[in-house]
Amino acid sequence: MQNSHLIPLPSLCTHYQIEMSFFNGLNDYGLIEFISVEQTYCIHQDKIADLEKMIRLHQDLQLNFEGIDTVFNLLEKIDYLKSELTLTQNKLKRFEDL
Amino acid sequence: MAFIDYYKILGVEKTATKADIKKAYRKLARKYHPDLNPNDKDAELQFKKVNEANEVLSDDENRKKYDQYGENWQHGEAYEQAREQQKQQRQSQQHYQHSSGSQGFGDGDYSDFFESMFGGGFDNRSRTTKFRGQDFNAQLQLDLKDVYIIEKRVLTVNGKNIRLTIPAGITNGQIIKIKGKGGEGRNGGPHGDLLIEFIITNTTAFKRDGSNLYKTVNLDLYKAVLGGDVTIDTFDGKVKLNLKPLTQNGTQVKLKGKGFPVYKKDGQFGDLYITYNIELPKKLSDKEKELFEELAKLQ
Repeated sequence: MQNSHLIPLPSLCTHYQIEMSFFNGLNDYGLIEFISVEQTYCIHQDKIADLEKMIRLHQDLQLNFEGIDTVFNLLEKIDYLKSELTLTQNKLKRFEDL
Repeated sequence: MAFIDYYKILGVEKTATKADIKKAYRKLARKYHPDLNPNDKDAELQFKKVNEANEVLSDDENRKKYDQYGENWQHGEAYEQAREQQKQQRQSQQHYQHSSGSQGFGDGDYSDFFESMFGGGFDNRSRTTKFRGQDFNAQLQLDLKDVYIIEKRVLTVNGKNIRLTIPAGITNGQIIKIKGKGGEGRNGGPHGDLLIEFIITNTTAFKRDGSNLYKTVNLDLYKAVLGGDVTIDTFDGKVKLNLKPLTQNGTQVKLKGKGFPVYKKDGQFGDLYITYNIELPKKLSDKEKELFEELAKLQ
C-alpha cells in the first residue's frame, strides 16, 4: 500500500474540525480502520467517502456510533439487494417473449 | 416566487414550541437525509425544505419576522426595510459561504423565497469544514451490439467533456465510477465522483445472461428427422453446425467461446447456447399426407 494514499488522522481532525475521540470511536466500532505509519495513525483515501458520510450522519442526525453502524449495515444490505434485483431482472429478460 | 409554509413542511402548529420544532425537524431529517436515501431526488429536495424550515423556525428572530409578514411577505414597507437590511448584512459578510453539511447541496440549498426574505443561510457549523463534492449520477443507454467491443464515448457533464472507454461486456444496470468528475467540493474539499449507470437495450435475436448468450433456432421437421448441416448466426459471424438425425425439439447445444466478452477479461468469452425449436408443417399436400399415413402405419 502506497503511503501517499494514506491520510494522517491529525490532518483529518483539522480538516473536518472533529475531535480525535470521534475517530477513535469509529475505529472501536469497526467502522473505520486505522493504519499505523511511523507511529501515526492514518486512513486510506478510498475510505474518505464513507468517513464523510459518517461525519454527516453524526452531525446532521445526531447519530451515535451504534446508529451509524446500523445505518451502514442497512445501506450495505440495500446495495446488495439492488444488485441482486438488477441481476435477476437481467436473467428474466432471457425468458421474455418466449 | 411563492410563499412557503414552513410550519406545514415540519408538520407543526403555528403555536409550536422550540422543542416541538426541534423534534419535528429531527424526525423529518432522519427520514429524508440524502445519505439515507441515495439517488433519491425527491428525498433530497424534501431534506432541503425541512432544513430551510428549521433554520427559519428554530431561530427566534427569523421566526418572528416570518410570522409577522406571513403570506403578505412580498408587500409592505416593513418587509422592504428588512430586505434592505439583509442586503447590507450580506455585503458586510462577503466571505460567508454556506454549507448545509450534507452531500449534494450546492448553491441551490435555499428557495428563492428564503433568499429573498433572509438572505443567505444561517448554519455556521460547517462554514469552514471541507467536504467532498456531490456524486453526480448519469445514465448511458447503449445497444447490446455496442458493448460487444470496447466502446469509446464522450460525455458532457456540466459543460465538461469526459472521454469514456467502456470495457466490452458491461452489463445492464452496471455502474462505473469516474473519480473526481462529480460536483465541486465544499470549502476547498475534493470533487465528488461521477457514477454512470449503463442501460443496455437488446434489439438482437440473442438473450444474454452474464457472458452467456442464448438463441432459439427454428428447424423444419425433415431437417430434425434426417439431420444435416445448419448455418447459425452467432454474435460475430456465421457458424456451420452438423445436426444429428432425430434431433428432438428443445435440444440445446453449447458453442464454447461464442458468447459475450467477459467484462475486463481480455480475450475471454462466454458460451452461446442454441435451443432447437422444431417446426411442424402448417399444411400438407395430398401426397405428403399419404406418405405420412404410410409412415404412421410403420410405427
